[in-house]
Amino acid sequence: MQKIIVVGNGMVGYKFCEKFVERPESKNFKITVFGEEPRPAYDRVHLSEFFENKDAKALEMAPREWYEEHGIELVTNERISDIHRSSKKVTSTKDVNYKYDYLVLATGSSPFVPNIEGIEKKGVFVYRTIEDLEDMLAYADKIQEGRDEKIKAAVLGGGLLGLEAAKAVMDMGFEPHVVEFAPKLMPRQLDTRGSKVLQEKIESIGINVHLSKATNKILGSDTITGMEFGEYDKIDVEMLVVSAGIRPRDELGKTCGLEMGTRGGIVVNNRMQTSDPEIYAIGEVALFNQMIYGLVAPGYDMAEVAVNQILGKTDVVMEDDIDMSTKLKLIGVDVASYGVPFMPVEKGYSIIFENKTKNLYKRINVSHDGKTLLGGILIGDASDYNMFHQIYLNGLPIPKDAEELVIGARGEGGSSFGSVLDIPDVAQVCSCESVTKGDICCSITDGDSKNLGDVIAKTKATTGCGGCKPMVVDLVNETLKSLGQEVKEVLCEHFSFSRQELYDLIKVNGVADYEEALNLFGEGHGCEVCKPALASIFATITMETPNRQPVIQDTNDRFLANIQRNGTYSIVPRVAGGEITPDHLIVLGEVAKKYDLYTKITGGQRIDLFGAQIHQLPIIWKELIDAGFESGHAYGKSLRTVKSCVGSTWCRYGMHESVTFAIEIENRYKGLRSPHKLKGGVSGCIRECAEARGKDFGLIAVEGGWNLYVCGNGGATPKHAVLFAEQLDDETAIKYLDRFLMYHIKTAGPLVRTAPWLEKLEGGIEYLKQVVIEDSLGIAEDLEKEMAELVGKYECEWKQAIENPEMMKRFKHFVNSDDTDDNLVFVPMRDQKMPKAWN
Amino acid sequence: MQDILEQYKTVLEPDVTQWFKVGVVEDFPQNSGACIKYKTKQIAVYNFTRTGKWYATQNLCPHKMEMVLSLGMIGDKDGIPKVACPMHKKNFSLEDGSNLGGEDLKIATYPVKIEEGNVYIGFSD
Ligand code: SRM
Ligand SMILES: Cc1cc2nc3c(=O)[nH]c(=O)nc-3n(C[C@H](O)[C@H](O)[C@H](O)COP(=O)(O)OP(=O)(O)OC[C@H]3O[C@@H](n4cnc5c(N)ncnc54)[C@H](O)[C@@H]3O)c2cc1C
Ligand code: SF4
Ligand code: FES
Repeated sequence: MQKIIVVGNGMVGYKFCEKFVERPESKNFKITVFGEEPRPAYDRVHLSEFFENKDAKALEMAPREWYEEHGIELVTNERISDIHRSSKKVTSTKDVNYKYDYLVLATGSSPFVPNIEGIEKKGVFVYRTIEDLEDMLAYADKIQEGRDEKIKAAVLGGGLLGLEAAKAVMDMGFEPHVVEFAPKLMPRQLDTRGSKVLQEKIESIGINVHLSKATNKILGSDTITGMEFGEYDKIDVEMLVVSAGIRPRDELGKTCGLEMGTRGGIVVNNRMQTSDPEIYAIGEVALFNQMIYGLVAPGYDMAEVAVNQILGKTDVVMEDDIDMSTKLKLIGVDVASYGVPFMPVEKGYSIIFENKTKNLYKRINVSHDGKTLLGGILIGDASDYNMFHQIYLNGLPIPKDAEELVIGARGEGGSSFGSVLDIPDVAQVCSCESVTKGDICCSITDGDSKNLGDVIAKTKATTGCGGCKPMVVDLVNETLKSLGQEVKEVLCEHFSFSRQELYDLIKVNGVADYEEALNLFGEGHGCEVCKPALASIFATITMETPNRQPVIQDTNDRFLANIQRNGTYSIVPRVAGGEITPDHLIVLGEVAKKYDLYTKITGGQRIDLFGAQIHQLPIIWKELIDAGFESGHAYGKSLRTVKSCVGSTWCRYGMHESVTFAIEIENRYKGLRSPHKLKGGVSGCIRECAEARGKDFGLIAVEGGWNLYVCGNGGATPKHAVLFAEQLDDETAIKYLDRFLMYHIKTAGPLVRTAPWLEKLEGGIEYLKQVVIEDSLGIAEDLEKEMAELVGKYECEWKQAIENPEMMKRFKHFVNSDDTDDNLVFVPMRDQKMPKAWN
Repeated sequence: MQDILEQYKTVLEPDVTQWFKVGVVEDFPQNSGACIKYKTKQIAVYNFTRTGKWYATQNLCPHKMEMVLSLGMIGDKDGIPKVACPMHKKNFSLEDGSNLGGEDLKIATYPVKIEEGNVYIGFSD
């Protein structure tokens, strides 16, 4: 039995163990791993998620038991302090010696903390371990306690990690400031123009950016109060996160005389051997090709090489070319760079697309002959990153006119990329786990995997950074399709039908309620996925309100109000088209005052009253209904608002009465349940003040009528609605809308809005036009009839509820007491109130 | 916050010292949760009519410490009866209170008995 000692139980050290024990030959070895941190290895790449859930366990690479089950001895909380190469022993800080036959150094790196005067002060943190985050959180709590104003906090370093830290700092409730020495953000990955676009985007989400700033002093007596850049140039901050790069943890190599890089790092050859062939170094401590690679994927490759070398497969070595492509994982900020991001003119040429109004920047670098993609940058929309990355990695052919890669093919609905199945089998799709396209597809064609879940379990694809997920999903679906298998979208474990199938089954069989549907077509007790999906189906067949089957509704629909973060509810009456009389405004003000509700104008042109308790909802709604208001369905997967601009009523540019039309449309579809929420907009001219093209349907007044746009949305993945028909009169516009909405309602999956629905609709917008305008399926009349029926059956569900004592029973906190929830704590906020912050 | 959470400790049937009557069966919506009060505690009670089984847990979601679990949708995952918190949809087993997403969060459970149409929850304090 030979002994392997692994020093460092981080991501790469763990990966070494995992890959090692997968091999049958590993039986002849005994592994002992030392980790200095208190916990077994965790996913550092997703460290920021700890802020959201404070759940260290969720980040674990594997639980302690995994090590036991695989015969690995894991010693945490113990640092190795010395290597004795002549006797092949290591010593730990507990002064115990351990013998090895092979030694693997996977000690990673530590944050580089520049030598700035005062950097040791309280309130200065680094961002690397769970303990760092815990310390930051505790400190933030302490200084934020009892203070209403936003406190400033800074991040030193505007690189990939610095921006991630800035977002974390912002989420902790601070006013974030990024301080960067270079004249641009992400200096290593982005060119100057791209960086500028990123900066605008970052600033637009509320992160302040300070460039070209050399910090020369941390101010404060023993706690940080500010940072000084020049004599008269400073900012007040009460917390600082240093993210100025990394330094390899190479101290063990240094003291035992291994060959070191001039600027640190333990030198390794392409077999991952250090200058002592029995000692390997992998991950962020290893200096390969005179580089430290601060990413997990190369670290995992190094682990693979070291495993093979120790097991005698000496022909497996590290490739010279290491892919440094990266994608920033900041929600709402798409940034990616791959291959050679900026390139000297003598090597090729670049095509650059920039649209400042949308914070979009795309750059591709192409060889002189125009045939090879050498690298590029994507900012604002990185959805094509996986495909570009694959083209780059595999040298796939690119369109003759390379600009199509950037601005898309000319003509409707064309894609500049072929099918995902066109990429070669050897193409690496998941670089964290080194899974190729072939691995994924074969796992299905060989019959090992039947669906996405199986593929992930078998290949581990997507389990690293997760960036490849969209591509893996596409590959799985396309492969299943190519085998002639229908890619069945089933609702959940209780119903093995798609939403569309269930819609038909329920309608044709006249199913009465959810329980009957479960008896006929389902199994088990149901869940939070199928219940609301079926509730929506029932509603769009019969226009029933949530009052009929309250317990299968999402919590919001069940109580006809949006649940807020402290368990209170909000109240949003309908204000069709955003038009409201002074009298109605006064009613809203008076009701809000009477019940002490926080009041805010929503993004949907209406007014939201927050902080009502469950038992107050009916009383408040009674007052509103008496004054002539109706439910605004802000809680429902249903029509929300039809936003209007003032149009020709007042505006000097208005072509038609957009307010009138918006009100008519909003009133027509109010209460209509749909697979996801529906929003509309009507603008009085092409200046588009109602942002109609950011909605599921939008109308824009033009000479001679309305232009109708469909399938847009704002939100997480913004999409502009596409032109559907031109110069329509009111009637035709509504006819097309009826057909379009009903067709969407009948065929979309649960929680699929119109834009993603259109994306998956075979034939795209042209097909949709055929169905809706040309009636190619011969269903147009039915669609109109069904819609007319639904419109005719509308009833305000709040009015219905308060008039029915049976329905009213549910608006009560306790079954056995008239007491109300006594756990609510509100704190003052700018002359109103808000729930006390989460702990 | 922590002291609110600490009130809730799983009670097993043999340890019950007090069967507290919380109402009659009809007071509780079918296939849904509802909340009852016992001393300073809020307890969510769930009524599964398909199996005729009842469950009770703390009403407090340990994720963000909100009194909301009784408002969540109920159902099952692989046959285990569960509630999905209305806030962020974390799933808890109603059998042992464990988090079905594999996270550390756990909720306390209490025994329920139905006698002559009355609903009782078992407490040990
Ligand atoms: C109140 C409001 C924010 C505000 O203070 O202005 C709001 C609040 C919420 N939005 Fe919104 N959205 C509000 C306007 C918007 C807008 C702006 C608009 O409508 O023009 C958008 C972008 C436009 C769009 O939807 O295309 C918007 C995009 C979203 C999304 C992302 C949707 C998407 O397709 O990506 C979600 C999440 C979801 O629906 O899954 C969301 C979800 C939510 C939820 C329901 C989150 C939740 O589950 O609790 C919030 C409900 C709080 C409440 O009690 O009302 N909200 N939300 C706005 C209510 C408008 C209204 O009068 O009904
Ligand atoms: C916030 C954050 C976000 C990141 N995001 C990305 C990303 O999006 N994509 C990406 O590719 N990479 C990302 N990284 C980098 C990635 O986490 C690292 O590349 C990876 O963790 C390196 O693994 P490692 O095992 O070499 O080092 P580490 O994970 O640092 O592990 C080394 C371990 O060894 C221990 N150790 C050190 N010396 C000793 C000793 N003498 N005795 C015992 N134990 C010792 C350390 O305590 C540590 O636990 C991110 C890093 C951070 C901090
Ligand atoms: S869901 Fe909408 S309202 Fe709630 S925080 Fe996000 S953006 Fe704001
Ligand atoms: S509060 Fe329950 S899941 Fe977040």
